[in-house]
Amino acid sequence: MGGKHYLPLTDEDRRQMLAVIGVKSVDDLFSDIPSEVRLQRELDLPPALAESEAIEHLNSLASKNKHFHNCVSFMGAGVYDHFIPSIIKHVTGRSEFYTSYTPYQPEISQGVLQAIFEYQTMICQLTGMDVSNASMYDGGTAVAEGAVMGCGSTRRSKALVSRSVSPFYREVLSNYFNSRGLDLEEIPIVDGHTDLSELEKLLGEDVASVVLQQPNFFGLVEDMDGVADMVHNHKAVLIVSADPLSLPLLQSPADYGADIVVGEGQGLGVPASFGGPLLGIMAARSKFVRQMPGRIAGETVDGEGNRGFVLTLQTREQHIRREKAASNICSNEALVALGAAVYLAALGPQGMREVAEQCLQKAAYTLEKITALEGFEVVFPGNIFKEFAVKIPGKPAELNKKLLEKNILGGVDLAPFYPELENTMLFAVTEKRTREEIDALVRELEGWK
Amino acid sequence: MKYNIVDGVKYTRKHEWARREGDTAVVGLSDYAQDKLGEIVFVELPDIGAEIEAGKGSAVIESVKAVADLYAPVDGTVVEVNEELLDQPELINSDPYGDGWVYKVEVKDESQLDALMDKPAYEKFVVEEDEK
Amino acid sequence: MRKSKALLFEMSRPGRQGYSLPSLDVPEKPLDELLPKKAQRNEPLGLPELSENEIIRHYTELSTRNFGVDTGFYPLGSCTMKYNPKVNEDVAVLPGFAFMHPCQPLETVQGALELLYNMEQGLKELTAMDRFTLQPAAGAHGELTGLMVIQAYHRHRGDHKRNKVLIPLSAHGTNPATVSMAGYEVVQIPSDDRGLVDLEALKEAVDETTAALMLTNPSTLGLFEEEIIPMAKAVHEAGGLLYYDGANLNAIMGYARPGDMGFDVVHLNIHKTFSTPHGGGGPGGGPVGVKERLIPFLPVPLVDKKKNQYYLDYDLPESIGKVHSFYGNFGVAVKAYTYMCMMGAEGLKQASTDAVINANYLMSLLKKTYLLPYDRICKHEFVLSARPQMKKGAGAGDIAKALLDRGFHPPTVYFPLIVEEALMVEPTDTEAKETLDAFAEVMGQIAKDIDQDAEKVAHGPYNTVVGRLDEVRAARNPVMRWEKKVD
Repeated sequence: MGGKHYLPLTDEDRRQMLAVIGVKSVDDLFSDIPSEVRLQRELDLPPALAESEAIEHLNSLASKNKHFHNCVSFMGAGVYDHFIPSIIKHVTGRSEFYTSYTPYQPEISQGVLQAIFEYQTMICQLTGMDVSNASMYDGGTAVAEGAVMGCGSTRRSKALVSRSVSPFYREVLSNYFNSRGLDLEEIPIVDGHTDLSELEKLLGEDVASVVLQQPNFFGLVEDMDGVADMVHNHKAVLIVSADPLSLPLLQSPADYGADIVVGEGQGLGVPASFGGPLLGIMAARSKFVRQMPGRIAGETVDGEGNRGFVLTLQTREQHIRREKAASNICSNEALVALGAAVYLAALGPQGMREVAEQCLQKAAYTLEKITALEGFEVVFPGNIFKEFAVKIPGKPAELNKKLLEKNILGGVDLAPFYPELENTMLFAVTEKRTREEIDALVRELEGWK
Repeated sequence: MKYNIVDGVKYTRKHEWARREGDTAVVGLSDYAQDKLGEIVFVELPDIGAEIEAGKGSAVIESVKAVADLYAPVDGTVVEVNEELLDQPELINSDPYGDGWVYKVEVKDESQLDALMDKPAYEKFVVEEDEK
Repeated sequence: MRKSKALLFEMSRPGRQGYSLPSLDVPEKPLDELLPKKAQRNEPLGLPELSENEIIRHYTELSTRNFGVDTGFYPLGSCTMKYNPKVNEDVAVLPGFAFMHPCQPLETVQGALELLYNMEQGLKELTAMDRFTLQPAAGAHGELTGLMVIQAYHRHRGDHKRNKVLIPLSAHGTNPATVSMAGYEVVQIPSDDRGLVDLEALKEAVDETTAALMLTNPSTLGLFEEEIIPMAKAVHEAGGLLYYDGANLNAIMGYARPGDMGFDVVHLNIHKTFSTPHGGGGPGGGPVGVKERLIPFLPVPLVDKKKNQYYLDYDLPESIGKVHSFYGNFGVAVKAYTYMCMMGAEGLKQASTDAVINANYLMSLLKKTYLLPYDRICKHEFVLSARPQMKKGAGAGDIAKALLDRGFHPPTVYFPLIVEEALMVEPTDTEAKETLDAFAEVMGQIAKDIDQDAEKVAHGPYNTVVGRLDEVRAARNPVMRWEKKVD
């Protein structure tokens, strides 16, 4: 039988225990399941594997995949190949952390609670917001829940979302809104940037929130000048999905007037893992805290005055407010948030700035080199951070195929999300890419087609 | 009696009280209700001008691990709210019939107020509730 | 010894660093040339400055202030805190899983898709469902996905009057919260005196406005809903669907399957039943399975196979769309899949058998000292009431604190709501008899302590790194971030 090493009861234990319970057999313990629904056969699953066999099987599956360790990646679109310091896995690998559950019993959960409190503080420092929660599932659900929160706090039922917000996030957002019966309208883009004059026209008394992304999906830095005033004039809420890795260099969302900041925290030392687990960031000005979904750690004291941490404002949450809760979220991405906090602690203000500057410089270098090639053109004018869209002289899938021969993971094809952007690819360049790797990419592009 | 049940106010079966003041009624939570809820940490007040309906939620009272609706004792329009509660929600615990009042409502139909329980009736009701 | 632990920010010294980065190797351009001044950050970052060894010591100390399944017995009802096998952790970090980009070309992700495909086959067999999506990132996320699918199904049939979802009073808080998120109204169904859903009340409640009944089976009381067949019939006859909250699947693997009970949609919690760690609150995984007629509405993409090539199928015109940016918590699925591979059919059934033996055994021991409101054979968990102890001056919450002093994680307290002073105990399949005996003995001792000095028990814990924390203070004046003290 498989898994015996996880099941400590012996046959003798079971006999003794059944006697104490006062039943004759195991079957008596399942006699409450009506025979019509009792499974009358054994489950049909593949034969159980021993540990060594399981490792071999999983190794063989893993070996069929390409990845950042055997390829050079220029893929982005929300998930990036940033450097991950060793220290992170050693902290998240402490089993006192990873084998615990939500810290409902604070006196024996100070480790997780303090780590969350520190994480919340760091997210507030980066974004300029007053309060952060303990995490959401990912960037997409953070955007969706942020917009729902905007409706809750304004008692209005419509959100405006820019077409330059990640299409992955917009799909999740539109699904959440559709299900709940809320309205969603898209703000058009012009030259890859949110069309602010269109935004002004769309704003009205029914609009709860405006959702933008900075830098946007095309890697472009949006002009946030005056946007918050425009939104606030209509008593709506400005929600910004921000890349935390850009914040050491870019104006902080608080500074340009955002009310709620959401985003994807994968860049903060989180393995890409084929797109999950990721890290949903959710922070806001303090007046929105009662509409905020998810766990929040708060500081307090014990009877002797020792500082300690607890989950606070729990009345917002599903286990207390039930159908009137701010959200249904229960499990979140706590361990991923812990890893992100370790990342931010290790990098510190200087390291974070260096990472951001290297992304900026290397992306600019790559863009310049690629667009100097014949047939490759920059698609949108404007300032970029670490990503950019390029028009290529052929099909993205074909180019990626060629690049793969050289173990390069190329760019993301934009046409599935923006039909008008045929033969256009989104490239990301992180601090991890070396000049040699970038030059190698450029050499492969040169002379293609 | 374990609870302080005062004269001069009327009580609902959901443990709110209402005290007549001219055309208006002052509304709060009974001592029994505050005791059951425990230490109050947050109060969500209605907007001034809000139309409230007898028996429907009109304010929200929160302790650490419970949320309770304050059901309106009568129909009417909210004319004043106790903003002290925003900073000191514990006033409901320490002085439920005094400084812990929640809002003042312009009463539409006096008979609704008359129909609520007086002190002896409410005392009897509370004893029954406690025995459940 | 009691003491507070300094925060990272309080340990920070300007000039220290905990990172090492290569120097920039491309020609550097002036910053202002790449970013206009007005788009640049104005304020300092305010992150701590620490060396790597200080950070490690900080978190190592924090970890010692935390209790996990690896620390000791964790009978937290409804959470299935079973042992988290270590091999799962090892394989999930293989570079061929952990360092894959979600947008890679299909030919470079065949192993990952094969894993997801195989996992789906296993889940289908285990639950008697026809298709699964692994996109939901947690149980509650699965609930929302499931209700969205149900909603899409009704809307597609042009049936727009179904605006209510029925939920038993004993349900997890996520159920009613999910119902609201999906724009539905909650209708509460009472329990009968056996702790089961009141079938007559259910029959009264179903009508042409019923979108679905959401049910956990066994229930949060750990009791199997014996009348599930007539319940399913009543809901289906009214045109509604049945939703299975898989939080308690650990009780019945290999014994009964939600699909055979009449459920149309299920979600599973792979961080419960399939042994993946809870991570201090997450990440988890909440795959959703459906019967044939609901497949068109599942989120895109589904994983499929054509001529031995795996692919992502986006061709579902009626799909609800996406609930996650990519394919859900793939890294968690790797662990759950490994567990399934190692357990096999027999092992999974034995896990449920042992979970149920452990629960009934512990219940037999504990009902001598604590009130057992529903005294029948239970499944994987049971619910005690500390009402008698509360009358003496110490209730469920105080008993929980007393357990902390004796090295155990407490059961879930004050849930389900239908039991006063509830203590919800779920020992799981991975605990030895001796552990249960030791726990029962300690619980007996605590009951005695309450008889002798309830006041003392009501003020515990005494041996933890901090004493009982003031949650009222934390809620009245919330401090949710550290701030530099201005002198």
